[in-house]
Amino acid sequence: MWQELREELHPRGLEVVTVALDTDGDLALPWIEQAKPTHPSLIDRTHVVGELLGIVNVPSGVWIDEAGTLVRPPETAYPRRPGFLDREVPADATPERAKAIAVTRELRIDAERYVAALRDWVDRGAASPFALAPGEVLRRSRPRTTEAALAATHFELAQHLSHAGRPDAAIPHFQEAQRLVPENWAYKRQAWQLAGADARRLYGTAWLDEVLRIGAENYYPPLEL
Amino acid sequence: MIVEGTLPGPAELLHRAGWELRPEGACRGDVCVPLPAGARGDVGRIAEALGMPLIQDAATGTWCLGPGASGRELAAALAPDLVLPDHRGNAFALSSLLGQKVLLVAWASW
Repeated sequence: MWQELREELHPRGLEVVTVALDTDGDLALPWIEQAKPTHPSLIDRTHVVGELLGIVNVPSGVWIDEAGTLVRPPETAYPRRPGFLDREVPADATPERAKAIAVTRELRIDAERYVAALRDWVDRGAASPFALAPGEVLRRSRPRTTEAALAATHFELAQHLSHAGRPDAAIPHFQEAQRLVPENWAYKRQAWQLAGADARRLYGTAWLDEVLRIGAENYYPPLEL
Repeated sequence: MIVEGTLPGPAELLHRAGWELRPEGACRGDVCVPLPAGARGDVGRIAEALGMPLIQDAATGTWCLGPGASGRELAAALAPDLVLPDHRGNAFALSSLLGQKVLLVAWASW
């Protein structure tokens, strides 16, 4: 997804690093192979990047300057307007599918502004108004509450149990992480994917239900450039 | 941090989590957290004093010591010291890109 923008901006001094937050990392590989990336394409089987940076949904981007300083904290990052915002509902779509397509079209994604800001930073560096001071980067990062720390602990244990061949034991810990930090979509969507066809039975909900509950316009927070 | 089987003693558990027991309390680098009287020998009370959740899975007995709860998710506006495998299995250190601007994008197959 990022290869084209990387080709444009790499000669101007930017490297793109993608990190797949995938407990079952093998599921990310076909996507990467298809994209034929020339940039580092990493696999994060324990969501360590999500934990270190406070990422609650994907795709999320952070900007790191030449000295290794974060100049923007995690925020929704698309390299271009995604096709699903303009997708038509096929005539033969099931009602559920039609609803999902309609809801997806309502997601709030402002790729054009994001990429314009990225280009400005690549060209102007610290002089770009989109490069934030360290204090502002920290202010915009999520609070580490008692609930967030406990949720991260349950999520780590759940992933470990999944890797250890105990997906049954992992489920209550995924559920607890989801209950403690309901706005963390990574906790939900990762668990649902691992549960496969049993996800709705085990977790009692699904992506479309959850997005309808909060409103599609709230799925991605507004881009605060 | 995952611990299989029996929990080690306080000094060992703290060491694995990057802390150490000193006379002034539990310390990491220059930062020391005083411990309540009588807590030194009690892993649960030390974890509580550090704000680090300590939980156990009932079915398998596996323990997990979590991150501390305080401040923000980002403790500092610094890129994490990160080493992860790339899609071919080769270890990649984010620090190898010092000197360049980096856009780090988290995505997922889910």
